[in-house]
Amino acid sequence: MNERLVVRGGRVIDPARGIDGILDVLIADGRVVEVRPGIDVAPARVLDARGCIVAPGFVDLHAHLREPGFEQKGTIATETGAALRGGFTTICAMPNTRPAPDCGPVLESVLERFQRDGRNRILPIGCITRSREGRELAELAELAAGGVIAFSDDGNPVADPRLMRNALALAGALGLPITEHCDSPEMHGQGAMNEGAVSERLGLSGQPAAAEAAAIARNIELAAAAGARLHIAHVTTRRGIEIIAEAKQRGLPVTCEVTPSHLFLTEDAVSGDGPEPAYDTNAKINPPLRTEADRRALLAALDAGIIDAIATDHAPHAIEDKLVEFEDAAFGISCFESAASTLLTLVARGELRAERMVEALTSRPAACFGIDRRIPGAGRLEPGVSRDVVILDPSAEVTVDPTRWVSKGKNTPLAGKLLRGEVRAVIFDGMLAQEREGAHV
Amino acid sequence: MLDAPLAEADSTHGVAWTRKDLLDTDTLTRAEIDLVLQTARGMREVRSRPVSKVSTLRGTTVATLFYEQSTRTRASFEVAAKALGADVVNLTASGSSVEKGETLIDTVSTLEAIGTDVIVMRHHRSGAPFLAARHTSASIINGGDGTHAHPTQALLDLFTMVDRLGSLEGRKVVIVGDVFHSRVARSNAWALLKYGADVTFCGPPTLLPRYFVPTVDGRRCTMATDLDEAIEDADVVMALRLQKERQRHGLIPSLREYISRYQVNPARLRKAKPDALLMHPGPVNEGIELSPEVAHGAQSLIEAQVANGVAVRMALLYLIAARSRV
Amino acid sequence: MSAARYLGPEEMSRTIRRLGHEIIEANRGTGDLVLVGMLSRGYPLARRLAAAIREFEGVDVPVGSLDIGLYRDDVARRGAPPPVRPSDIPFPIDGKTVVLVDDVLFTGRSARAALDALLDFGRPARVRLCVLIDRGHRELPIRPDFVGKNIPTALVQRVRVRLSETDGEDAVYVYGEEAASA
Repeated sequence: MNERLVVRGGRVIDPARGIDGILDVLIADGRVVEVRPGIDVAPARVLDARGCIVAPGFVDLHAHLREPGFEQKGTIATETGAALRGGFTTICAMPNTRPAPDCGPVLESVLERFQRDGRNRILPIGCITRSREGRELAELAELAAGGVIAFSDDGNPVADPRLMRNALALAGALGLPITEHCDSPEMHGQGAMNEGAVSERLGLSGQPAAAEAAAIARNIELAAAAGARLHIAHVTTRRGIEIIAEAKQRGLPVTCEVTPSHLFLTEDAVSGDGPEPAYDTNAKINPPLRTEADRRALLAALDAGIIDAIATDHAPHAIEDKLVEFEDAAFGISCFESAASTLLTLVARGELRAERMVEALTSRPAACFGIDRRIPGAGRLEPGVSRDVVILDPSAEVTVDPTRWVSKGKNTPLAGKLLRGEVRAVIFDGMLAQEREGAHV
Repeated sequence: MLDAPLAEADSTHGVAWTRKDLLDTDTLTRAEIDLVLQTARGMREVRSRPVSKVSTLRGTTVATLFYEQSTRTRASFEVAAKALGADVVNLTASGSSVEKGETLIDTVSTLEAIGTDVIVMRHHRSGAPFLAARHTSASIINGGDGTHAHPTQALLDLFTMVDRLGSLEGRKVVIVGDVFHSRVARSNAWALLKYGADVTFCGPPTLLPRYFVPTVDGRRCTMATDLDEAIEDADVVMALRLQKERQRHGLIPSLREYISRYQVNPARLRKAKPDALLMHPGPVNEGIELSPEVAHGAQSLIEAQVANGVAVRMALLYLIAARSRV
Repeated sequence: MSAARYLGPEEMSRTIRRLGHEIIEANRGTGDLVLVGMLSRGYPLARRLAAAIREFEGVDVPVGSLDIGLYRDDVARRGAPPPVRPSDIPFPIDGKTVVLVDDVLFTGRSARAALDALLDFGRPARVRLCVLIDRGHRELPIRPDFVGKNIPTALVQRVRVRLSETDGEDAVYVYGEEAASA
């Protein structure tokens, strides 16, 4: 139990403390003890991290664990196992379960399950409205007292502006952010993909970029008026980013996240590479994969710090949810186990800086929801406090093979794709939880 | 021993049909479309004989699997299959296991298991035949999927135009109406562009594509909102069916306004070339997209389209069922 | 693969004229006589026969064309679908004497297909078979009534008739080892 572990010779990136250099990390007694060059203690297990990136455990602001209610898609045990494998040691669980945590008792039972089955740290997000139906407010104060880290109706944007305004006022008073899926469904119905050249080519219903931008603008105005903290979940459009950037310039407490899927893929993934359009339901995600111009704008905004966090929106589904006609298929991509590889591939291509990637996966998301106050040392490598470390091998060549995943969700448009970089090892709670060899993700 | 041409050199057919499925016109080569049209000419002659039926496909089972109402397309395929001697099984979404929640893939697998060779499928969801085709070794012929594609309609339209006009090179084809939601317009555009026609999509801006313009070898469809201008010097005018719920969905202000701006009537048709062909994939909303005089006028090819539909579908069934599997 | 020319233009022309005489003789004139050539090379041969008959008798015998693609018995077994072309028999055949014309008679399967195809156009009084070349190896009980040339062949050999209308020359070639020489 008292094993000492030295992570030797890696590039340690700890943005919260301004560290970026070839250093050793000593872990003992369940915590990071030292971060400096030339640590030489014995006896200790040594992890050779030369050529690797050593980072704090990842913090995910947006994940779907499916339990309770949708255990055929994923369970707390399988999905937190998948998270850990992907380097995510602290995750925020979205409330789109059945029942949904919209009151104290449901939250309590969910927390019990987290305690029992979770293989990493899970922070609950509570509902904004009862059953996420957008009609009556959930018991926000009771949920706050029960320990939620934020409020969201997840895939159901709060349509009623007055209800949203009140929710923001209440959440603001409780000191908790609302994380909102910004979309205006009344603008398009239920668009199955991005509205654009590909949707018109394939005859699929589309979500216009304007539907996201308009909702972002509305919610920023409502949050500003209420004096509340607003987090924009998975921003996907260039225009959405511009509106968020302007709010940040005004000094409003607005933060936002982007998913690895939207950074890596475009609407073209729906039609695929073959001569016949693929109608790939595994590339169906809400908000949808957008255009290459949007993707480039997301990367630029991430680099500039306008986008705070990279969040997975990990959304596992059962095979039958995806093996149907495109417009009938479920939205969502199983992301935990491919996230690091897609991001490192972007790093390898020069589209993303490694230090910015680490910051957006660790210290910045921890700050967005005040997670570092709840879990001391989360998102950084603070000696005596932090407990989680991720070791990434940026040069590994891996083929995405979801059949090897821990997650029940094999729904990824990346299956069979060759990526650059992988999670080599994960230290959770001071213990080596994952170590990997091999050429598959 | 003398100099002699190679024995193989006088093979009479240029291109061999190798496709298992017919899903859209976009990936068909010009040579493949030529083969379909040439074969359809033979089939049309078969239909004109005293005994207008052959037994070429005896032992072949063709299923029509329709998730959407259709009388003409289904009947056309059934007549075509029977004229080639195939057995035909008809399935519709209502009154079958589909209503009991069976998935498309299961339905298709079941049809394959009972020995179906070719499945003609119509589905309200775009892309559904592509999904089916990937999960069965039976051939899938797309009989119309959502707002995506309707390749057999496009090929019969092409057959009808080539039959009347010969070469389509440089011919002006105006497709007017609800282009945005039209699988007919899209599949026609691919085929027509491959044959060198100039294609104009005409309709109100809410019913035209906004981002995607069909393009083949640099030839692009033209977009137009004024039919009176677009129809000038047209060789072919093809009107599309207008779904009346478009008004309810706020895409057009009223049928009255639509008719005044986009109905093909005698005055407008006179602006096209003197013998311009008038086409419509049917069924026609008479008095909406076409005035009755035009629909039943001398320039109307609507009945020829229907008759040619059988010949073209016979050609496709024949080529697919007897395809090269090497 | 070796090839030998078996027949040249002059001999082909003489052969066709002779076949024309034989047909008239057997039919005792041109009454109720029609010619139907099988596509692709039987049809130009039928037209040449008709031209020859016109020369001897001063009568135009109707000529039609017949495509047998849809009647073949190997449609599903071939590498590719046989081409299908329109047949053109613009006259009634009921009660007529139809002379089916083809270039080469081999297994007899094409002739069988042609009989089936022909009967979909009507009910002739009788059908006769006229071929330019009979190379043997029958697989069905089919017997030609008028034969231009008998060419003894081995099964592996191939016989190709080339006509100026379709191929730019009048010639018959035998391909393959041990080609019989003229």
